[in-house]
Formats: sequence, C-alpha cells, structure tokens
Amino acid sequence: MAVEKKKKVMNADAVKEELLKKYPPKVARKRAKQIHITGEEGNSEIMANVRTIPGIITMRGCTYAGCKGVILGPTRDIVNITHGPIGCGFYSWLTRRNQTKAPSATSDNFMPYAFSTDMQDEDIIFGGEKKLEQACLEAYEIFKPGAMAIFATCPVGLIGDDVHAVARKMKEKLGINVFAFSCEGYKGVSQSAGHHIANNQIFTHVVGEKDVEIPGEYKINVLGEYNIGGDAFEIERILEKCGITMVSTFSGNSTYDQFATAHTADLNTVMCHRSINYVAEMMETKYGIPWIKINFIGAEATAKSLRKIAQYFGDKKLIDRVEEVIAEEMPAVTAVQDEVFPHTKGKTAMLFVGGSRAHHYQELFNEMGMKTLSAGYEFGHRDDYEGRHVIPDIKVDADSRNIEELEIEQDPTRFKPRKTEAELAKLAEEGFGFKEYEGMMPEMDSQSIVIDDLNQYEADKLVELMKPDIFCAGIKEKFSIQKMGVPMKQLHSYDYGGPYAGFKGAINFYQDIKRMVTSKVWSGMKAPWEENPELSATYVWE
Amino acid sequence: MRKVAIYGKGGIGKSTTTQNTVAGLAESLGRKVMVVGCDPKADSTRLLLGGLAQKTVLDTLREEGEDVELDDIRKMGYGDTWSVESGGPEPGVGCAGRGIITSINMLESLGAYEESEALDYVFYDVLGDVVCGGFAMPIRDGKAEEIYIVCSGEMMAMYAANNICKGIMKYAESGGVRLGGLICNSRNVDNEKEMIEELAKKLGTQMIYFVPRHNDVQRAEINRRTVIEWNPECGQAEHYRNLAKAIDANKMFVVPTPLEIEELEQLLMDYGLMEA
Repeated sequence: MAVEKKKKVMNADAVKEELLKKYPPKVARKRAKQIHITGEEGNSEIMANVRTIPGIITMRGCTYAGCKGVILGPTRDIVNITHGPIGCGFYSWLTRRNQTKAPSATSDNFMPYAFSTDMQDEDIIFGGEKKLEQACLEAYEIFKPGAMAIFATCPVGLIGDDVHAVARKMKEKLGINVFAFSCEGYKGVSQSAGHHIANNQIFTHVVGEKDVEIPGEYKINVLGEYNIGGDAFEIERILEKCGITMVSTFSGNSTYDQFATAHTADLNTVMCHRSINYVAEMMETKYGIPWIKINFIGAEATAKSLRKIAQYFGDKKLIDRVEEVIAEEMPAVTAVQDEVFPHTKGKTAMLFVGGSRAHHYQELFNEMGMKTLSAGYEFGHRDDYEGRHVIPDIKVDADSRNIEELEIEQDPTRFKPRKTEAELAKLAEEGFGFKEYEGMMPEMDSQSIVIDDLNQYEADKLVELMKPDIFCAGIKEKFSIQKMGVPMKQLHSYDYGGPYAGFKGAINFYQDIKRMVTSKVWSGMKAPWEENPELSATYVWE
Repeated sequence: MRKVAIYGKGGIGKSTTTQNTVAGLAESLGRKVMVVGCDPKADSTRLLLGGLAQKTVLDTLREEGEDVELDDIRKMGYGDTWSVESGGPEPGVGCAGRGIITSINMLESLGAYEESEALDYVFYDVLGDVVCGGFAMPIRDGKAEEIYIVCSGEMMAMYAANNICKGIMKYAESGGVRLGGLICNSRNVDNEKEMIEELAKKLGTQMIYFVPRHNDVQRAEINRRTVIEWNPECGQAEHYRNLAKAIDANKMFVVPTPLEIEELEQLLMDYGLMEA
C-alpha cells in the first residue's frame, strides 16, 4: 500500500490510449500501429518507416540532412558542395558535433568550411548547373582536394539540374574523383533515405578505388559510427590498444582513402545497423568480407564487442590481448559506476533518437541501474525494432522503391572468402553469429512503450504522464521538455559532452547523467507567469 | 484598368490573336494597352514591335542586377501600346514558372500598373496549358481579372480549354478571376462555330467571337505586322476590330463549370458527325 501511495505509475496501455485520444480516428488508427507495448502475447509487430501524417510535428529530418549531414559530414578530406539555397548547407554543417583529427596541420581537412552554391532566384529560373560548375572549379582552385562530392537539395530536384552530369564533367576536367548525390530533401520518408543514397554512391564511386594493402594482422572496418563528440577517438584508442587495425570507419573521423581501401579489411563491424547494414551486405557480396553487429556504447557492450571480434579472428594472441585490455580498462569504469549507482539506481529514462541510438544507449542506462520506460527511433525500420528475421516480411512500398537498390555481383578478381568452410563451421559451433541483429524491442522489459516517429505532442504527453527522470532526443525537443521541468539530454550532438563510446565514454556518460538526474534545476525553475499568472500593465500615456 | 489574360492550347494562335486584338483596341477604340508576354520564347510582342526587338525582363534583371528601370524592360509598339516580354530559361533547364512570378512582381514594383501610366488594358499572353503554379501567376492574386481562352473545334484544343477552366475555377474561389469567354480561332473544322458555342454554353460562358481562318494573318506575320497595321482594309482586319469591340463591350464574367471528359467526347461526336 505504501508503495502505491508513493508513486502512481500509469500502465502502458492507459498511456497509449491517452496518447491517441486527441487524434482524429483515421490518424489514431495509423499511430496505434506505431505505438507498441512490449511483451504482448501474439503481437510483436510495429509499423515503422512510413510517412509522417501531415500536421504532426515530427522529430524527423530530411533526406538531404541524412546524406550530407550524417554520412558524408564526418569525412574530412572530401569537399562537400551543397547545390542549393544557403540554409541547407549552413544548417547541415557540423550541427551534429562530429569531430575529426587530421594527422598534421597541413593535411586536408575541409570540415571547418561550409561549401554551397548559394542558389538565388535567378539560378532557379535559368538553372543552376553553370553556377555549380563554377563552384566546383573555384573550390578546386583554392583547396586542391583529392575528391569532391555534390549534394542536391529540394529546388535542384524541382528544376531538374543534372548534378551527376556536372560531376562527370568535373571529374574529367579536374582529374579527381567527383560524384554527386540525388538526395533532395523531399525524397523518402525520413533521413534514412538519405543514408541509403549516400552509402550507395560511396560504394559505387569510392570503395575499391585503391588497391593498397594496409599493414596489420587483424583488419576491420567500423561501419555506422559517426564520431559525435569524439566517440571515434575512444574507439580507435581501444582498438589500437588491442592490436586491431581499423582500415576504415564509415564515417566518423574518416578520409577518402579509408573508403577507397575498405575492401581490403577482413571483417566488417556494424554499429548503427539502420544507416549502413546494406553496405556491409554489399561488401560481403562483392569482396567476401563477412559482417557482425557490434556496439561500443556501454562498457559491457564494448567488452562484448571486442571479444566477438577476437573470437572471429580466433587467434589466441588477440583473444588474450583483448582480455588484458578489458581487465585494464574496467576498474576505472566500475569505480565511477559504483559512485553514481546509488544516485541513479531506480531512475527512469526515455529515448527517442536515431535509428540505433535509442537502442544502444539503453545499455548505458542499464549499467547505471536506470530503467528505460519508453523508446523509439526517428527513422528506424521494422528490422531495427524487431530484428533482422522480419526483413523478408517488410512490405516494400512506393517510398522505398524511390530509393535505388544496387545490384551487386562478385568482384571477378578481388573477391576472397575470409574464412574457410571448416572455420565457419567451427565458429557456428561456438555459437558465433554473423549478420545478426535482434533489434531494440526484444531487449526491453515487458510493458515498455516503443513509439516510432514520436512527435512533439506525444513527447509532451509522455513526459506529463510518466514523469521520467531524463529524456533523450534532439535539439528540437530540448527546450519544450526542459520547460516541463525534466532534464533533457541531446543524443544527436551530446549537447556539449562526450565522448560516450567505449570505456572512457561510459565514464563520461555516467557522470553527465548522474549530474542531470540529481540536480533539480529544471523542476526548480518557474517562469514568471507560472508564479504570477496575471500580469498587469499600463500604457505610458495613461 | 481592365486586366486580361489569354490562355489556350499551344500553337492555337494566342499571341497572334492577342496582338491583333490589341491593335484593334488601340486603332479603332483608342485604348491604351500594355501586353505582357509570359512565354520563355519571348515572341508574344513580335507583331506589335515589328520584330523580336525586346530585351526580356529576366535577361535585363540578370545583366543589370537590381538596378532596373521601367524603360529598360518595356518598349512602345504599334498604336502606342507598351510591350513587355517576361522571358525565361533555355528549353530544358531551370524553372520558367518561377521566371514569370519574378517578372510580374518586378513590373509591379516598378510601377508599370500605376494610375499615372493611364492604362486602359493590360494583356497577359500565357504559354500553353496552366502547367504549374508559375503559369497560373497571371490569374492569381487578382493580377488578371478576366480570361479569354483561344480555342478551335479540334479535340485537343477543346480539351485544353476545359482544363484551363479547371485552373480558373480554382483561383476564382480564392480571388476575383472570371472567364470572359472563348475566342474561336477557326481551323475550318466541321460545324466548328456551333460546336464551340455549345462548349461555351456548357462551360457557363459565351463564344465571344468567331475568327475565320484567312491567309492574310500569315501574310501579315511574314511582314512582322498585325493584320490591322499591314492591311487595314482587308476583311480579316475588320474581324479583329470586331473582336476588340466585343471584348471592350463584354459584361459577361463567370466562374466556369468544367466538363467531365465523357461529356466533352460526346460533344465532339454530336457535332463532328453531323452533316456539315
């Protein structure tokens, strides 16, 4: 009885009902399929990757943002030219706090620059191809980059400027690799389409361009890691310590040459399943590189991922080294974990971000004894929620058809199976799974609320009804949540924090979250009109 | 000032009819008219100016920047009429619709429609169908208030006329635009006059004039003149004067009622199969 008095928590079904109450019947029917309560008998399906209903203030971004901002943004030595009005280029420039570390002051690093054709009325009327060519020539003249990429924005698609023709012309003229992306913002249902367009073009135009043998014993690619707040630096540190060679990352702290030599790695490790699993698949088909799902968010998850990589290579030297590294790193993690645990234990969180982050960060919260009440992706697909086994059942709709699927064939000379049949059989016997991803939902407690494509109304309502101790999403949600007195952590950009990946990242996260959930800053704040609702005033002439 | 837009299927003779009518308004009624060509080809004022002599609004804007004056973009032609060509991109690039929006806004901000200009009429000569929002610009926001559709007794011309009526209906609800009538530019189709009269009736409007087909129109065009300027005495010149008078005296302005496609097909069958 005492417990009930202390905190009355609404059950999941009642929350769902409350969220849907406000909608017209047709909208409510669609949204009901996108709100899933885990653990329900005979129902494990969620609707995802469908168009947002007009009028709903979605948390999603556009296709251009996914292509230019997310995938190509973190690569330092490609000049990324946005062909469009200036806002598109400007607001997709470093807003995710993706960092990079050039090896020396003279190495190419174009991330501090925003390149745009700054389209004007006149370019819309008369076409912008000439201006785009001019921009390419000018950028080449000043920076002499090794490669250039061109990104189409909405108006470019509407007036039909041929960005690919310009890219071909510039490639021939300048003698460097120039490629373009038809990533108009209106394509697809979310930024996920942009990731796909970006990765397809990188795979087509860059991967395999340089046949250079990278020295190293255990060579991997890390796919779907974007170096927010320095995450990649921590991952690089750990891998290096273990003696694992990272041939490339897609695309945190990456370079053109990394992409161009990615086909020489012996294992693809996939972090963000959503944005890049198809690249892993294509590399396997074309070059014979197998892939596994890993996760460097959370200390335990990091350790598990390292062990999995070591198991793949099956070399005792590496297996032992990985254990040594884990043993070296973990005490510092556990020390901070023990320190914060009493403060964070039993606290609650909500996560609405990305296409994998809402899943991965639950690891970190678990390590702090915090429960995730509700979570969802902005742009995830059903397989990211329910696991890869549903892929054959996913309905292909017109929006997905709009995004090119590449037909990939085995490379006649460079395809090389990385493991023999016997080795694969042995790994299978050990229970080692390739290309496995179970998705977010099976790992969540029963009666958790999973919501795809959350919107502002539902976010406010969720916070009001369930009062979480922390809410994680992006900048658009930040201030409305804080006004409701709940701490809000951005997991797109990490606010001012990070890194949160790997062992040291976990420590940072524990400390940042402990600080946020124990301080009462936002709930302690009252706006003047909340304390004194009736304001009175007089005109000066009165 | 009366604000008139001329629409119709491509190649039906909008520009020719517009210029000849404008010549009639100027010559026989002494009206002061400005013609705004809304076609990227910029050939809507050729007959009034005696050749393709006009620098377009958009080209001027491109070369002069924002520093454009009214006299840079309009030219005086036959009967003291003002001619303006909106202009636009080369075929296959850019956005011609956006160009029309930009140039009409430019004309407004330069004061081309001010009372001091003492215009009796402005004519917008718009290309082909209303293919996108830009080409609807002349009938939006009260820029043109009355529309005449040039058509003939050919199926596709009637189909286009019906389609244009849909566009007018859309903007009639939100603005003040009305249909003034159909101008039949004859192609010598069987029962053409009766058929277009019937179509007009079904659309809720009138056939304001039937312009017979005559080679004098072609002869005048070769000479870069309107028929009235080239040969004021010929019969075709009189037809254009009559069309000008009919428009000047017109009082019938309606929101059109577009036909279903089956209805249109039926109309064609009824009149097309009748003994001529």
